[in-house]
Amino acid sequence: MNNKIILSAKDVEIAFNLRGRTLKAIRKCSLDLYQGETLAIVGESGSGKSVFTKSFLGMLDANGKITGGTIEYHGTDISKYKTEKQWMTIRGKKISMVMQDPMTSLNPLMTVGKQLQEAITRNQGLHGRAAKAEAIAMLEKVGIPDAKNRYHQYPHEFSGGMRQRVVIAIAVACHPEILICDEPTTALDVTIQAQILKLIRDLQQEYNMTVIYITHDLGVVANVADRVAVMYAGQIVEYGMVEEIFYDAWHPYTWALMSSLPQYGIKGEDLPSIEGTPPNLFYQIQGDAFAPRNQRPLEIDFVEEPPYFEISPTHQAKTWYLDPRAPKIQQPEIFRKLKEEYLEEMHHG
Amino acid sequence: MAEKLIEIKNLQVSFGRGRKKFIAVDRVSFDIYKGETFALVGESGSGKTTIGRAILRINPTTAGEILYKGKKINGRISKELDKEIIKNCQMVFQDPMASLNERAKVDYIVSEGLINHKLYKDEQDRKNKVDQALRDVGLLPEFATRFPHEFSGGQRQRIGIARALVMEPEFIVADEPISALDVSIRAQVLNLLNKLKRERGLTYLFVAHDLSVVRFVSDRVAVIYKGRIVELAETEELFNHPLHPYTKALLAAVPIPDPRKERNKELLIYDPAIHDYSVDKPVWEEISAGHYVYGNRKELEQYRKEI
Repeated sequence: MNNKIILSAKDVEIAFNLRGRTLKAIRKCSLDLYQGETLAIVGESGSGKSVFTKSFLGMLDANGKITGGTIEYHGTDISKYKTEKQWMTIRGKKISMVMQDPMTSLNPLMTVGKQLQEAITRNQGLHGRAAKAEAIAMLEKVGIPDAKNRYHQYPHEFSGGMRQRVVIAIAVACHPEILICDEPTTALDVTIQAQILKLIRDLQQEYNMTVIYITHDLGVVANVADRVAVMYAGQIVEYGMVEEIFYDAWHPYTWALMSSLPQYGIKGEDLPSIEGTPPNLFYQIQGDAFAPRNQRPLEIDFVEEPPYFEISPTHQAKTWYLDPRAPKIQQPEIFRKLKEEYLEEMHHG
Repeated sequence: MAEKLIEIKNLQVSFGRGRKKFIAVDRVSFDIYKGETFALVGESGSGKTTIGRAILRINPTTAGEILYKGKKINGRISKELDKEIIKNCQMVFQDPMASLNERAKVDYIVSEGLINHKLYKDEQDRKNKVDQALRDVGLLPEFATRFPHEFSGGQRQRIGIARALVMEPEFIVADEPISALDVSIRAQVLNLLNKLKRERGLTYLFVAHDLSVVRFVSDRVAVIYKGRIVELAETEELFNHPLHPYTKALLAAVPIPDPRKERNKELLIYDPAIHDYSVDKPVWEEISAGHYVYGNRKELEQYRKEI
């Protein structure tokens, strides 16, 4: 990983128009993506993690649009793109996406080979035999055995894991700079999941890609990510290097997410759970969006939205807890324990 | 652990017939004790849900026996016994978005079982029972007049649980009850299931593919692969001393929410071809107290050494 910023989103706001009402799905989100890194965006459904990344490809639904901010990519502000023609210069060629469910993201009426070849023809300009040869090579690369014959088969003849491999082949076929994986393994079994994660990592190294993972599974995040951004109610509430998030998080929402994992629970006792539901984004949010579900909110949480506080040059959290004027608040037990273990290991090399 | 609530002996479930016959569950045997949480773990298509459904008489069985408190409950049974099973054995489904009738109010959804079996004295009694069931799962009785779409995923799953509870069952098959829920609400539902177990002495068959959840909730675990249980043991025993290669592969693949551990872990891939069952036929054997494995003589010897 180096320090070259490849894509930079600043104060992005995205709103959806739903039956005359406006839903503010993304509320001033900023994100810098560094070349070659793997960034994981974590959050529950409705937190806006998919919407935010889809806006990098111009793939928002027809009723949604970017209402503020900029997304700078290679010197141009792509958030101002209007036509499909403009987006097609980026989508698939420069930034490409792997969707969640391989059962629905392939065309059931077209052979797998044809679908892959379509992407190759469109983005690499190869035709006929050359395109077919490339498609077969690609299928082999993503680990599909007997690719020559599999090329002529339809999606229903593939298992879930194999289908996801095909989807990945299509996404990578045009050698994109950025690969966005939207819950790529949620629909798969654990044993297959591990294989797919490894495949994505191998391809990332080979093609020198930058990868964004969207997921709610902290186990997956721990496996793949260099950096983590935690999203809640349309905002990034905390981001940092993976060790900083797992061993030294500061936002109460990140705390709650980690503490509620059964892996850290004590058998026979209740898991710490997050009560309530995320805020309704049709309404204006006053103060910190997480405050109503926070078990130890500060008074100011309900009044004013917190800014980002810097914990380290790579780690920031959007919570009043970090304000020097705030009362001293300790991190939950599990973080203290994990941090201790981590520091000890660092110490011993 | 003493009393056996459910006994399953050489259970076989198949779908289709003739050339299309597919054996989903193949000669499976295990017992579920009263008051425990018994987990069935396996990949999709392994037959774990089918076993749960067979116990509740949703899927017909082709061979073997299922006993409930010593009484045979699969195949043809008397009407009275059927009613007793329906009342005492309930199910919580995976997806709360799909398993509730969109056009019925919560009041009806929760009391449907009561109505079908006339398990209430009068209208007031029925209302009281619904109120109590909703309260038990942490919902307000006022919710009874609302429709399912007015609730969030976690609340809907609670309604699904209330619907099972209102029958006052002894045994609940929970088929991936939290897989479809958001991370932040999973803990709520797990806590609720545990609380009900403590307070009412419920027995669960917990069907899941997420091993971290299974470790947290269950007393004993059975690992199922392609319709066959390959290993069964108490939870900690299984997690600490897995024997069957499939169990090992499954445990190795579980994501750990800790970057250092997660990155240093070794992936194991299970290849069924390693078993040579051509001459030496496999058996289902208790290798140490309460720890069962499926394997042939040579493999079992190997496993014994590993313990």
